Amino acid sequence: MSTPDFISESFTVVVNGQPQTTTARTLQDWVDAQSVQPAALATAVNGEFVPRDLRAQRLLCVGDLIVTFQPIQGG
Amino acid sequence: MSEQQKDPVVVGSAQVKEEPAQRAGDTEQSPLPPGRSGTSPWHIGGRTLTSRFFLGTASYPSPQVLQEAIAASGAQVVTMGLRRQLAHGGQADDFFTLVQATGAHLLPNTAGCHTAREAVTLAHMARELFDTHWIKLEVVGDAHTLQPDPFELLTATAQLVKDGFEVFPYCMDDFVSCQRLLDAGCNILMPWGAPIGSGQGLVNPGALRTLRARLPGVPLIVDAGIGSPVDAVQAMELGLDAVLLNSAVAHAVDPVRMARAFKLGIEAGRLAFEAGIMARQDMAVASTPVAGHPILL
Repeated sequence: MSTPDFISESFTVVVNGQPQTTTARTLQDWVDAQSVQPAALATAVNGEFVPRDLRAQRLLCVGDLIVTFQPIQGG
Repeated sequence: MSEQQKDPVVVGSAQVKEEPAQRAGDTEQSPLPPGRSGTSPWHIGGRTLTSRFFLGTASYPSPQVLQEAIAASGAQVVTMGLRRQLAHGGQADDFFTLVQATGAHLLPNTAGCHTAREAVTLAHMARELFDTHWIKLEVVGDAHTLQPDPFELLTATAQLVKDGFEVFPYCMDDFVSCQRLLDAGCNILMPWGAPIGSGQGLVNPGALRTLRARLPGVPLIVDAGIGSPVDAVQAMELGLDAVLLNSAVAHAVDPVRMARAFKLGIEAGRLAFEAGIMARQDMAVASTPVAGHPILL
């Protein structure tokens, strides 16, 4: 019986204040799993803005605080 | 004679680098002698506009009403916000698409921020989401009045200017704190007329008059507190460069007609400023030459 080269381990992050279990290794992986247009979402991890083109480099760790922002009406 | 009295148009308009308009109709105008009109082109943040009406996009009865109100207002700049959320398609995307379709320039805000750090982070997010370096910088210092925190605002302004933003700071009408923002590299000021959403109009026109007189080349946009078109007329007659409002239109019984009313008021006020308003007199001054000469005796 063969085993896969990589077994995804799930861990918990906090997304917009709510705990969430994920297997995403990077922020980009996490965004890709959200069924949201990546360009329609701005992201920050642990209070630091993570630009779109740096999401793939941002590794996720247990307990990371992910925050996402989207456009809304405004005055 | 003051500099403003000499030529209110020259000293009251922004003197910033001009960039061709990016929206159809940005530079449309009907030439009127002596070459000025209520919709004279003006320059702000590297863009040329004809409208002096900045319109907020919140609290409208429906997306359709918002769209019609933007059209009726003639506004070439509309404000947007960001919210911490993760909505999956649908509503969020539809709204953004609707506003983009108006062709107006987007001015995202940092509403809800209470510290410079929050505001700077949100501004960077806004730049990415809305693809603009314009930012309406809001750093609120009091939950009841939604009054800006001048100290956090200054800190955030200095950082965002370094980061390449064109900062539109929602600020108090105090001259010295405004001067500090300019010293930090800000090119534009947006003093409040009254607390946000209050509809009180210009609670301190004297302070705005002082700003205009002391900062003749700086674009001044009254932001917040406008309730009626007459408030907008007053702001424009004071020589301010533009008006930003939201609630006064969105909360009107008929937002589309009110948007049109503000458009006309802002144009009338600006035209009156350019035309030069007569000096007030303490006593009556006869306008008809025969006054004082009884014609039956």
